[in-house]
Amino acid sequence: MDRIYFDNASTTPIDKRVLDAMLPYFSDFFGNPSSVLIEEGQMPGKAIDEARERVAELIHAEKGEIIFTGSATESNNLAIKGLALANRSKGRRIIFSDIEHFSILNQADFLTDLGFQIDYVKVDGYGIIDMGDLERKVTEDTILVALIHGNLEIGTIEPIEEVARFLKKRGILLHSDGTGTCGRIPVDVKELGVDTMTLSAHQINGPKGIGALYIKRGTRLTPIIHGGFQEMGYRAGTENVPYIVGFGEAARIAREEMGERMAHLTMLSKKLREGLASSIEYIHFTGHPEKRLPGHVSFWIEFVEGESLLLWLNLNGIASASGSACASNMAAEDEGGLKASHVLTAIGVPPEICHGSITFSLWKDNTVEEVEYVLSVMPGIVKRLRDMSPLYENYKKTGARTI
Amino acid sequence: MAKGPYSDIVMDHFMNPRNMGEIEDADGVGEVGNPACGDMMKLYLKIEGDRIVDAKFKTFGCGAAIASSSMTTELIKGKTIDEALKLSNEAVSEALGGLPPAKRHCSVLAEDALRLALEDYKKKKGLA
Repeated sequence: MDRIYFDNASTTPIDKRVLDAMLPYFSDFFGNPSSVLIEEGQMPGKAIDEARERVAELIHAEKGEIIFTGSATESNNLAIKGLALANRSKGRRIIFSDIEHFSILNQADFLTDLGFQIDYVKVDGYGIIDMGDLERKVTEDTILVALIHGNLEIGTIEPIEEVARFLKKRGILLHSDGTGTCGRIPVDVKELGVDTMTLSAHQINGPKGIGALYIKRGTRLTPIIHGGFQEMGYRAGTENVPYIVGFGEAARIAREEMGERMAHLTMLSKKLREGLASSIEYIHFTGHPEKRLPGHVSFWIEFVEGESLLLWLNLNGIASASGSACASNMAAEDEGGLKASHVLTAIGVPPEICHGSITFSLWKDNTVEEVEYVLSVMPGIVKRLRDMSPLYENYKKTGARTI
Repeated sequence: MAKGPYSDIVMDHFMNPRNMGEIEDADGVGEVGNPACGDMMKLYLKIEGDRIVDAKFKTFGCGAAIASSSMTTELIKGKTIDEALKLSNEAVSEALGGLPPAKRHCSVLAEDALRLALEDYKKKKGLA
């Protein structure tokens, strides 16, 4: 049976057109772009320049505001550490939202060791930033806020413009992780008002191992990888030319096809969401109902555990993701490594319960037939797991909804 | 050959759980929950003389929790109470072809459920 891939928030396959664009730069045009005076270096240098232009166009930035990095994780590290270090004479406090990616959150200890203090801003039940809490958390000493643009686990899109306006009045910088949005929905960094923004290639049919950071012109940022003068001095290391070219091509295609993709995905996710809502009892959709990524359907189901749900979907040929504790970190040394998703915890899903959370993230190649197939197998899987659930048995006997 | 983190035996017991269900007139019932993962396991025993003649389970949990419950019922059916009390979580894990380190607590959960079910039986019989 053909697999149904509904896990595009984890990664997407490389578009054939992207791969074709990349291939010559592995061998035919192998030169080092820093070797500007020899022919071998000139062609790759030009290719990087064009890719930078394409990525800039995707988010309405200028070419000189785009830096290529090794991943979105690296971009988030460069932005936060780079802005913090460049502005430490102004203040030592940084605010992270509770639903940031690990590549933001896990910088906290390192930054604390450097003398910074991290404060956390809450989100509401939909995952939208709590502006009142932000106002309370901002101090004279606050220099930077990190707020993700589109959360890949619950799909919610944050009101970046509003936050940027609020922060600008107070002279505070704003970094936004646009991994989930750049290339999926229209992004205009000037309208959003961000100072830095992270982009990822593999989220939009580009290769893994390449990311980018938008750095608004005039922003002071201290590099964290030191070496040669690549990427305008912000990121040393010989450029990964084929991957940069691939990112550029993926960005071009994403921009040109965005309109039709969004319409297609909106139709698919509406059908999927409505179908699940009408066929499964005690299902709770997560994230904001409207302000969300197209094609993103996330939920949790009572009396059913997430990893078991995910495994059964997989056995039925369907790829999905789960934020449940049980499914969290299979490689952990012990059960201490198992934690329910911090994003679900932040929006108020009970953390002590191993809930049946699932994220379906659809993308351009998914079809109505696939949605219909998923809808046809889901009720059976849920029934099977509920039939063996002591929680469901207890609910039927006592009416107790322990979750 | 298993492709994922679980052994073929774990996947087999996950997909085709043995002895899943309830025993209405069970002689001993053990229910345990694990806060680390949120698993819930309920084990029902039917005991005649000092022998476990039937065992059934219901489990809310991950693949390892379901497989551990299923395997435990298989391992104790037909055993005497004393024999069943000797069943360790390592034996459950071993019978399953091993569990990922982060999931070993699932086999501990099964062992705990078994002990509680046997204690419950002894209490009911006035043996404890």
